[in-house]
Amino acid sequence: MPDTTRPPILQVSGLHKWFGTLHVLQGIDFSVAAGERVAIIGGSGSGKSTFLRCLNFMEMPTAGRIALDGTPLGRASAGKPDEVRYPESELCRVRERVGMVFQQFNLFPHMTVLENAMEGLVTVKRMKKAEARERALRELDKVGLGGKTDVYPGRLSGGQQQRVAIARALAMEPEILLFDEPTSSLDPELVGEVLRVIRQLAEEGRTMLLVTHELGFAYHFATKVIFLADGVFHEVGTPDEVLKHPKQERTRAFLERFTEFSF
Amino acid sequence: MDYAFDFALVVETFPILMRGFVVTLELWLPSLAIGLAGGLVLALARLSHSRVLRGGSLVYIELFRDTPVLIQLIWFYYAFPILIGVQLSPFTAALLALALNTSAYGAEIFRGGIQSIARGQWEGAKALGMRHADVLRRIVLPQVFKLMLPAFTNRAVEVAKMSSLASVLSVHELMYQGRLLSSTYYRPFEILTTVAVVYFVLIYPATFLSMTLERRMAGKG
Repeated sequence: MPDTTRPPILQVSGLHKWFGTLHVLQGIDFSVAAGERVAIIGGSGSGKSTFLRCLNFMEMPTAGRIALDGTPLGRASAGKPDEVRYPESELCRVRERVGMVFQQFNLFPHMTVLENAMEGLVTVKRMKKAEARERALRELDKVGLGGKTDVYPGRLSGGQQQRVAIARALAMEPEILLFDEPTSSLDPELVGEVLRVIRQLAEEGRTMLLVTHELGFAYHFATKVIFLADGVFHEVGTPDEVLKHPKQERTRAFLERFTEFSF
Repeated sequence: MDYAFDFALVVETFPILMRGFVVTLELWLPSLAIGLAGGLVLALARLSHSRVLRGGSLVYIELFRDTPVLIQLIWFYYAFPILIGVQLSPFTAALLALALNTSAYGAEIFRGGIQSIARGQWEGAKALGMRHADVLRRIVLPQVFKLMLPAFTNRAVEVAKMSSLASVLSVHELMYQGRLLSSTYYRPFEILTTVAVVYFVLIYPATFLSMTLERRMAGKG
């Protein structure tokens, strides 16, 4: 259950993102309690991936502040609160705590499965190889790939590669895990194995944010669902509220397009 | 053909050609090593955020790529010393010219390689909290080396051939010895054919090695 006794683990205020003249995120205020599982849905180009990517600074916010565990990130100049600078060292520390799983997996092709899972531990956390190997193996076992440690990613199926990517992110023991359309690149028959792993993580009480088109999965997985449209949170609520009894017309119209899902 | 090939002469002059061969190696290998190391530094400059670094490295690269190597060799021996007030030996001038020339071509190979690495690789590494320098070192450059191996071996072959131009500066490498011997004995056919064969024997293994390495790396990936 989400922990509402502590301050929110993640807090977003006044988040704006422009790509040139395109105003993708138009002012988002949002907070996540520890242990919450948030599903973010919306049409293509709605800004949902952009929003997620701002949370670990894969995209830099144009305006607004993000706070992790109560501490605002970045440094604002004294006279100009809108100009926030993000030194590389700070971004690196944030990304150790906020992990990400990508739609395209982004595994390192020149490293084995085990080396991929260990890479963050060895290079970022500067862990000893033996300890890193142990931790990486644990996560690989968890996602069901403990037997493929010496295989190169090119030899794996998409579902297997994504599971390695999840293990790689988990090995860093992040406080928050972000999933950017983790199954959108997968053949339909491989989607299930990845969703199963993600559902397993849900049982561990980890804070997770998931951008997805898998509405059926979102219904069962999430504690909160957000429908993003026109760069703002159009509707926010429990899965039941947003997916089964949406209040907004726009949300209803969006959901109607997903005739093939059922929960 | 009425010509009688004088093998005895080849046998007799071979040690002198071999002395030249050693000098060729002394030109080839260091300029290759320095050139590729310098090329990496230049490529990073070409890709840096600083406009000064980007512009400066571009000028350097274009200068070496758009002028004949022979001119570069001659310039470093006759013109450069006037700039710095120190006379360079022919060997040093030749080595300098070859090394800098290789670094310019090497820079373009590295730059192309780095830019061809998918953005997802940078993102996957940065998402783990890796700094830019670590992403380069652990993720991007290892893939670049593999990808660019054919281009690098081509460069190695070119530099080996370019080393023969140092003979113009009277560096006592293989070509110089060959021309000297062929005019001394008035037997250019035997001498220069032998010189060509020695170059082939030197260069072919490099080509062969690159093919083997490429095949092995293709198997692993």
